[in-house]
Amino acid sequence: MNYEAVIGLEVHVQIKTHSKVFTRVGAGYGHEPNTLTDPVVLALPGTLPVMNKAALDAIIKAGLLLGCEIAPVCKWDRKQYFYPDSPKNYQISQYDQPICIGGSVEIELPGAARNIMGEHKKIPLTRIHLEEDVGKLNHGASDSLVDYNRAGTPLMEIVSDPAMHTAEEAYAYLTSIRHTMIYGGISDCDMEKGQLRCDANISIRPVGETKLGTKVELKNLNSISFVRDGIAHEIKRQLAVVAAGGKLIQETRDYDGQTGTSQSLRSKEMAHDYRYFPDPDLMPVQVDAAWKEKLRAECPELPFDKQRRFLRDYQVPYTITSVLIPERGLSDFFEASAQLAGPGRAQAVGNWIANDFLRELSAAKLPLGASKITPASLAELVGLVEVGTLLNAAAKEVFVAMFATGEAPAAVVARLGLAAVPSDAGELETWCRESIAANPKALVEFKAGKDGAINAFKGPVMKAGKGKANPKLVDETLRRLLAGA
Amino acid sequence: MTAPADLNIDRIAELSRLALTAEEKVRFSAQLGSVLGHIEQLSKVDVTGIEPTAHAFPLHNIWAADIARPGLAVADALRNAPAQRENMIVVPKVME
Repeated sequence: MNYEAVIGLEVHVQIKTHSKVFTRVGAGYGHEPNTLTDPVVLALPGTLPVMNKAALDAIIKAGLLLGCEIAPVCKWDRKQYFYPDSPKNYQISQYDQPICIGGSVEIELPGAARNIMGEHKKIPLTRIHLEEDVGKLNHGASDSLVDYNRAGTPLMEIVSDPAMHTAEEAYAYLTSIRHTMIYGGISDCDMEKGQLRCDANISIRPVGETKLGTKVELKNLNSISFVRDGIAHEIKRQLAVVAAGGKLIQETRDYDGQTGTSQSLRSKEMAHDYRYFPDPDLMPVQVDAAWKEKLRAECPELPFDKQRRFLRDYQVPYTITSVLIPERGLSDFFEASAQLAGPGRAQAVGNWIANDFLRELSAAKLPLGASKITPASLAELVGLVEVGTLLNAAAKEVFVAMFATGEAPAAVVARLGLAAVPSDAGELETWCRESIAANPKALVEFKAGKDGAINAFKGPVMKAGKGKANPKLVDETLRRLLAGA
Repeated sequence: MTAPADLNIDRIAELSRLALTAEEKVRFSAQLGSVLGHIEQLSKVDVTGIEPTAHAFPLHNIWAADIARPGLAVADALRNAPAQRENMIVVPKVME
């Protein structure tokens, strides 16, 4: 019997705010343990939560970017459970009235080759709700240590429908969410910092069956590759259990990305009973059209839309766009440079950014924003190469100097004497005439149809130019003169 | 008042993390029973045409701007902790 896997993902995304979601102590990663707490975070008696407007703005924006319906009214619920990561013994979340409903995530599957765009599809979402993150437990040999810095950080939970069928789809889904959230300025989505976390619900069923099979929840998928590997591993495991005549049990499994294995977590003696009820300390949120439209106006173009536009309007190859698009700043830099460079030069601009610029940034360990290269200086450089003033090899040298000093390309060219010679078209023509005159044998051969004979004229010209003559211009000039000779 | 038959005091005790003696189970079962009795009474009220609401007052959108304030000093934050190490609270080893 043929089986198919059914995958639903629960993706947690930390919202990038200055303060926590229900109190104003600072939020952030990498601080000394327990330095980001206050009486609300620690649930001291008598404290009351107060919503963070920026966190609400961010989740509504996320919902708009993913095509969700924004609920006109949503409320807060308490999810009760005992675990030391939550000092209140409940987590403030949204149960039956989430803020974002429905929506979808556009994904791209791997193409036939690296330079070919893959198939696109839309994965439907169930909902997105806002909740507070919990503290971090550091498990030791005999006890655990609790750090409440993370507790109370605004956290979105993006829940997909059980609509994915392969590990590749899950990987593409997570990648797309990550790019979209980064574009929207909603989160940095650094998985190493726990800003993006993922649990997967995986089941298998005979192809054609519409009912869902027994679900296994896979936890600790703490890198995007682990998500792919963990899901692929779990699907294989389930197929093997069924093939061996076994029966799958509903359980939570922990995936270890280092060893590529998973193990069942000691299942609770009883199923979860969160006893949700409305939080009496927080008033509901009403989202009107004006608020929604204000946020919609702040929404950036989605990464895939931008990529389609780059392919269409700038005619840059797919491989270049797939380097530019994931980073919003880089794609904006490209667009600004391409517009300044003018028609027909976008591909050259894209090449400079995808190759030289990224290489230099990475070698200098600099973020894009700290670079001395500007869209204007890059556009100028591309222009110098296009008109023949600068040869490719020399342009590379100019670029490195521009990157180091921030000088305009023309200034570097002048300072280092890198301009192609002669700068005067008339002088080049003279060199070419002299070369043709000096080699009547090659002239005869060329006239007789031997195209390669033209190379015999090039040597003396290049010599006259001390290697800095533009081969393309030399070729053009020679052909023009030979046609009339 | 006696406890209703479907009141599972052991389950409630577990969820509340309380170790109850046999005598306490009987006593609290009775007390919870009267709370449930009260709820029973409430559920008899005719609420046709009344919209469900989480709050008694029609207040919405009570929030603050996202401006961070300093919080507690670590020493203060940990003052209630029965045990601490490396500026963190020590709890019994727990694994989900």
